[in-house]
Amino acid sequence: MNKIKIFLLVLFMAPMSLFAAEPGMPLDAAPIDTTDNEALQRGAESFVNYCLTCHGASFMRYNRHRDIGLDSEAEVLDKLVLTDQKAGELMLSAMRKNEGEEWFGVAPPDLSVIARSRGADWLYTYLRAFYRDDTTVPGWNNLVFDRAAMPHVLYELQGEQKLVVQTVDGKEVKSLELAKPGLMTVSEYDQYVADLVNYLVYLGEPGANDRKRLGIMVMIFLFGMLGLTYALYREYWKDIH
Amino acid sequence: MNKQNNTFLEWIDKRFPLVSTWKEHFTEYYAPKNFNFWYFFGSLALLVLVNQLVTGIFLTMSYKPDSSLAFASVEYIMRDVDYGWLIRYMHSTGASMFFVVVYLHMFRGMMYGSYRKPRELLWLIGMGIFFVLMSLAFTGYILPWGQMSYWGAQVIVSMFEAIPFIGETLHNWILGDFMLSDAALNRFFAYHVVTLPVLIVVLVFVHIIALHEVGSNNPDGIEIKENKNPQTKIPVDGIPFHPYYTVKDIFGVVIFLIVFCGIIFFAPEMGGYFLEHNNFIPADTLKTPDHIAPVWYFTPYYSMLRAVTVNFLWVDAKLWGVILMVAGVAVFCFLPWLDRSPVKSIRYKGPIFKFALTLFVISFFVLGWLGTQSPTPLYTLLAQIFSVIYFAFFILMPWYSKIDKTKPEPKRVTK
Repeated sequence: MNKIKIFLLVLFMAPMSLFAAEPGMPLDAAPIDTTDNEALQRGAESFVNYCLTCHGASFMRYNRHRDIGLDSEAEVLDKLVLTDQKAGELMLSAMRKNEGEEWFGVAPPDLSVIARSRGADWLYTYLRAFYRDDTTVPGWNNLVFDRAAMPHVLYELQGEQKLVVQTVDGKEVKSLELAKPGLMTVSEYDQYVADLVNYLVYLGEPGANDRKRLGIMVMIFLFGMLGLTYALYREYWKDIH
Repeated sequence: MNKQNNTFLEWIDKRFPLVSTWKEHFTEYYAPKNFNFWYFFGSLALLVLVNQLVTGIFLTMSYKPDSSLAFASVEYIMRDVDYGWLIRYMHSTGASMFFVVVYLHMFRGMMYGSYRKPRELLWLIGMGIFFVLMSLAFTGYILPWGQMSYWGAQVIVSMFEAIPFIGETLHNWILGDFMLSDAALNRFFAYHVVTLPVLIVVLVFVHIIALHEVGSNNPDGIEIKENKNPQTKIPVDGIPFHPYYTVKDIFGVVIFLIVFCGIIFFAPEMGGYFLEHNNFIPADTLKTPDHIAPVWYFTPYYSMLRAVTVNFLWVDAKLWGVILMVAGVAVFCFLPWLDRSPVKSIRYKGPIFKFALTLFVISFFVLGWLGTQSPTPLYTLLAQIFSVIYFAFFILMPWYSKIDKTKPEPKRVTK
């Protein structure tokens, strides 16, 4: 009987062992903390300065940023609204869809839920993996997104990277090297991108922190109910044998 | 006060069978006293159904079934509607948990032979509910109009095209267009919020009526009605459903809610299994995703669809895939007539059945996992092997259930 059990176990495990890693560049872990309001506010400001010109966040309202500590409407208008929009309006892109298609080949995607489709680690790696490539139309390429239509918008901060291809054990290994420094040091730029990605994660689900907070209350209630309902069940069932 | 209540009840009872219905289905419905863990899932399925109906109504109030507005309206619910995120997560998590609960409920039936005489019709009605549930899940998943909604649905509706002669006409007739578009979104919305919910509620009602006619099975697979107290005519191993099982089920409900709310509040995407990452990208009719995977509960059948790679008997591979997939679901309907064992419950069945059932469960999980992966030659081969094992469980059952060494059933239920 034991042999049969081992056979079944092996049969079950065999296909699972084939779990191969996804091909492509390994992603760096993004340091995410959506409870850090200061970081989120820094990220939000970078977002409206650099991203919102071409991308929209059109499911998000400016005044929703009370979640991250921008309490008054004046503060929201002052820090985040660079156009003539009102605080209660959606964060629309300054660029029209057809203009984007004309200029970049594809319309820049809306970023409201980009962190939910791409994941924070991908975004964190992507925004730090641009390099100069004169063979592409925008003049930039990216290690995690080959031939991305987006140029390196943050290049003045990061500087210019170049691609280094080495052959290790017969395999091509691609890495990046800073060719021309930007306004920020490497660690400053990493922190800048981390704040931006942190904000994108918040933007993907602004209510996520409220959700977890409410969840803890619900769990406390349910565990209380667990004891009560179990006691009730035992009380009723004590004469059933 | 009491007297007043009684006269009120009498007044009702002369006009509607309230007290007798209550007695028949609650206080004088005698269920076996040895229900175990596996018997929670029927009542839990009912709970999830109610959850889906109630949260669904509220979602309908803000959702827009329009291909240019649908995606944004879901995000509107998530952000601008008060507690909209909660309602939406309850509904999306509920969809997956419905399948978890129903699969476990069906597995219980397979372990304890609950499909056997006299419960064949009960089982078939249950299968009807399962079909409607799958249709509900399919039509519901289209509604957010994300990339997976669109392309997943595209895969499913293209199956109709595989049907010879009428395939293409049927496909266009179902969609109301030559491709999946706004017209289809609108009609699938209508099915999802009107037709199918009505059907499932009616079928669940009929399922319970059929259950209460034949009485519940139990882990020993013996009929408690065959051993009644000669005076009271009550089964000696039966206890009134209310209060005994209502109290026990409430305890089960709380355990379930801990899991359910744990997902809703702390992991609503369930690592991309309950809400797929790609479905946060709005549907793009021109851009096919690299990897199309249905939601987890369809993946075992999706694997079967992809498993057939050769044309056979003048029928092409795609149609065989569709046939295999439909057969993979429909084959459960034949269980009452495939099982020839003299006993019902796995407790008294022999080693061959236990081995076969374990193999079946393994093949279900492996097929499910394969369905989430991009196909490679090796994965396709595995899908073929495990599809064969899956079907062998059913096809060989008349033979192995007969020759298996069984143990004698007890006269009374055991712990």
